[in-house]
Amino acid sequence: MAKSKNIMAYDKFEVLTSTAYPLPIENVDTDQIIPARFLKATERKGFGDNFFRDWRYDSEGNPIADFPLNDAKYAGAKILVGGKNFGSGSSREHAAWSVYDFGLRCVISSFFADIFRNNCLNIGVLPVQVSAVFAQKLFDAIEADPKTEIKVDLPNQTVTLVSTGESESFDINGYKKGNMLNGFDDIDYLQNMKEEIASFGETRPF
Amino acid sequence: MSKTLFDKVWDSHVVRKIEDGPDVFFIDRHFIHEVTSPVAFVGLKSRGINVMYPEKTFATADHNTPTWNQHLPVADPLSANQLEALANNAAEYGISHWGLGHRNNGIVHIVGPENGITLPGATIVCGDSHTSTHGAFGAIAFGIGTSEVEMVLSTQCIMQPKPKKMRINVNGKLGFGVTPKDVALYIISKQTTSGATGYFVEYAGDVFENMSMEGRMTVCNLSIEMGARGGMIAPDEKTFEYIKGRKHAPTGADWDKAMAYWETLYTEEDAEFDVEFNYDAADIEPMITYGTNPGMGMGVTNSIPLAENVEGGVATYKKSLGYMNFNEGDDMIGKTVDYVFLGSCTNGRIEDFRAFCSIVEGKQKAPNITAWLVPGSHKVVDQIKEEGLDKILTEAGFVLREPGCSACLAMNDDKVPAGKLAVSTSNRNFEGRQGPGSRTLLASPLVAAATAVEGVVTDPRTLMKELV
Repeated sequence: MAKSKNIMAYDKFEVLTSTAYPLPIENVDTDQIIPARFLKATERKGFGDNFFRDWRYDSEGNPIADFPLNDAKYAGAKILVGGKNFGSGSSREHAAWSVYDFGLRCVISSFFADIFRNNCLNIGVLPVQVSAVFAQKLFDAIEADPKTEIKVDLPNQTVTLVSTGESESFDINGYKKGNMLNGFDDIDYLQNMKEEIASFGETRPF
Repeated sequence: MSKTLFDKVWDSHVVRKIEDGPDVFFIDRHFIHEVTSPVAFVGLKSRGINVMYPEKTFATADHNTPTWNQHLPVADPLSANQLEALANNAAEYGISHWGLGHRNNGIVHIVGPENGITLPGATIVCGDSHTSTHGAFGAIAFGIGTSEVEMVLSTQCIMQPKPKKMRINVNGKLGFGVTPKDVALYIISKQTTSGATGYFVEYAGDVFENMSMEGRMTVCNLSIEMGARGGMIAPDEKTFEYIKGRKHAPTGADWDKAMAYWETLYTEEDAEFDVEFNYDAADIEPMITYGTNPGMGMGVTNSIPLAENVEGGVATYKKSLGYMNFNEGDDMIGKTVDYVFLGSCTNGRIEDFRAFCSIVEGKQKAPNITAWLVPGSHKVVDQIKEEGLDKILTEAGFVLREPGCSACLAMNDDKVPAGKLAVSTSNRNFEGRQGPGSRTLLASPLVAAATAVEGVVTDPRTLMKELV
């Protein structure tokens, strides 16, 4: 399927063990993840600086100290645990880019908005959907100990609270899983079937 | 097995089914704009690949364009840079481009249908979540990310699993002063902002059958606000009548061939949906939102629900009301408003301006209101002038601006200042959506107009004469 000309679009994702930023707010929309006024670049760079801009900084540009992404006790985490319906609203892929550019590789939530989830998978951020009960366990564990580690094992499709060993499995289709494990994206796949697409295209009436 | 409208259109566009993976899905029409396409072209260049079908992609500038003095150079260098990138990329790859000042320019979801690019049975994507608008014609239309824009440019395909199917039936007679916007906000308030996530919606029932094409566009436009991938309505005589004769519409034998196909586009009687909802038109009032997502809506005469009566997290609910500076139990009627915005891909069409004018005619804009009236395209501007609506607006103290997305997402200078309250006909009331710190109440053009003349949130029915 994948020819040798495939290039890695992003770093491979296999097993990630990391602390996590907690963001137990529901319905976080992509306008919060990256406000529209920061969508004016013509290249993909610098989006991490404006990740959750208006929740991280006040109107004068001073960091809001108690917002989890600014809180030193979580610094360096590569996982974000978000509330239900994470990433709703605008289709801006810039939201997923800002997650990646901020240094995160995985977002865990009990429910994701469609387009955001898709955008994440396309650029190498793993969206992990867990049960509401397990999500709450993660929030509770992080609240009790900000250095709580979470292990996300893509080959085995499990997410584990390292301190207690409590674990839950998550879904991802085999194709996308293969892409994430290899750092490939869809464009290479499609490039390799252009003849098939061209003959299909000829059958379209308009 | 019997097929739904959605099945028929989806299944006929699958190039390849991947086992334990997505469908390779062919796209008939691709719209691009200046904000979500530049990085896709950078990707094409870095991989050294070309645009496969340049004639199937249409570029228009809308998201960050000014709505005043469009004949002058764009002052914001970052916006100007994006507009230039769109123009250059379109020229380089042979893509049609309706830039600022072009007579076909306007909001992508308004100019597509206006020019007959949007057709029944087509698959339509754009790097914009309100692409669902085009579902009003019986097309499968939805928003995509920039990686997918690059996929469509280079191969005319994207890779997506087929969504589940939902049908929403609304039957009965809509009440006085109740518009398609209210129908949509009502449905979203019942579904919540995530209730339709994972689904593609078909809207059915006599309310949608009796609705104009523009009304259907408003409803389908808002499908994403309950999380749906998109929404669609079966095409009918009204649809075909709307399309016929438009710039890109098929003609002659092609029209007959297209019609023969379009007439097959309906849900068969015993076809099954994964889930179905029924609503009664009589229960729908003119709507308004009070919180920070479009699911937080209610009849304009109601009061803000108490936290104890709301499903979902109390902390999230209280954070939302805190941002809005509202209290549980507050009435919306009578709240002092600072800004009124008429426009956007949701409500920037001629019928929206007619509705607005029907209220403000012979009255005066309230002195405390700053009003931004932004038609969705130059064609809408022309129609406004042809019908003399511009005179009604001028006499009532309003000024008509130039087309674009404007204050819907405030990427240009049309920003509602921090703390100010806006009644907006657009589609999102998220925190800061209309400018950092801005507070948004989503409503119909009638509610916006009534508020614009009274200066406070107003039930439009109090200013309307009921036709008996």
